[in-house]
Amino acid sequence: MKTRITFAALAAFLMASPAFAQPAAAPTTGPAAGRAIAFNRSLGNCLACHTMKGGDVPSNVGPMLNDMKLRFPDRKVLFQILWDEEKRNPQTVMPAFGKNLILDRRQIEAIIDFLYTL
Amino acid sequence: MHLLIPSARLRQVALLAGALGAMALARMPARAATTPNPEADRLAFRAYFKQRFPAVKNGDWGNGPYAVNAGMRQQWEAIMQFPPYDFALGDGEKEFHRRFADGKTYADCFPDKGIGIRQNYPYFDTKTGKVITLGIAINRCRVANGEKPLNYQKGLMASIEAYMAHTSRGKPFDIKIPNDPRALAAYEDGRKFFYSRRGQLNFSCASCHVQAAGQRLRGDILAPALGILAAFPIYRSDWGSMGTIQRRFTSCNVQVRSVPFKPQDKTYRDLEYFLSYMSNGVPITGPGARP
Repeated sequence: MKTRITFAALAAFLMASPAFAQPAAAPTTGPAAGRAIAFNRSLGNCLACHTMKGGDVPSNVGPMLNDMKLRFPDRKVLFQILWDEEKRNPQTVMPAFGKNLILDRRQIEAIIDFLYTL
Repeated sequence: MHLLIPSARLRQVALLAGALGAMALARMPARAATTPNPEADRLAFRAYFKQRFPAVKNGDWGNGPYAVNAGMRQQWEAIMQFPPYDFALGDGEKEFHRRFADGKTYADCFPDKGIGIRQNYPYFDTKTGKVITLGIAINRCRVANGEKPLNYQKGLMASIEAYMAHTSRGKPFDIKIPNDPRALAAYEDGRKFFYSRRGQLNFSCASCHVQAAGQRLRGDILAPALGILAAFPIYRSDWGSMGTIQRRFTSCNVQVRSVPFKPQDKTYRDLEYFLSYMSNGVPITGPGARP
């Protein structure tokens, strides 16, 4: 019994310590989170290939990202492009972010939220 | 766990794939698979880049991004007032003429005393059945004369190659594929690697250097594959030092998030063989400087 209490106390202490805490309160959904993921070089790294508002790069491997809501009124289409564009266009150089586990579903949804502000 | 496919389903998939494969084979015309034709490949490769970049002159393919982008060229010409590879070039020249303990020098290991021969590498060695790159030849020379082999990616190896390239500037790539099925197999191996996708980003060499050649990746311009090896070794600002072709292959593979091969692995030697052959006729420009 004593051991169990000690263990529970230790666990509680560890859970409360910064090392075990959840990542800080940065939002994981919505346009702001999406922008952070899109611009992060080890996550979306979208600026490597695309020019877009706020990106300040001349990249042109992929098309410019603007008027996204007008061009992709169906969110599912945009999701599919981010998830696995190779399916639609086997010749593409767009990485299959979802299929190849570069980003998860929620991160892709956040990027789409951001893209819809462009 | 949802990724696990039940074994019954797996068998079903395997059966279906097998059936489809058999159907595909049955539909194929009754002749042997197409024999590789390196020279036809080379002409098609060249024609593709000529069409993409009609203004680039033959002597300029070895200048990579600067051949296809005027803005980048201006910056480069300013940088070349004091080329960042100059120190390595000096080190390489000194090392090249240094006497080994047995009194010999590198010149004794190479045709034409090693001067003006970079354009002939890599070559296919019919004795060993392997592709011999300049790096391999340099280390063979060292070992034969009682010296330790050098790191294939940077340092003194890159310096020696810089000197050897410098004495070969303007000489067109002249890679030969001898009449030996193993040479053709090495060429094919390199060609397949060049066009095969790999890594988490799933890029092939061709994704960037054929398909997206000349396009902008942030501030950089993707170099066209034609003549891309003519400038090596290069001083790359991103590295802050000199690097060989083998270093670039390794770093490219890491960038697409794949597991790189070891420098001078058979795959990389075959890749260098294929890619150099594609550039036959393009003059050597190395050593080079790149962002």
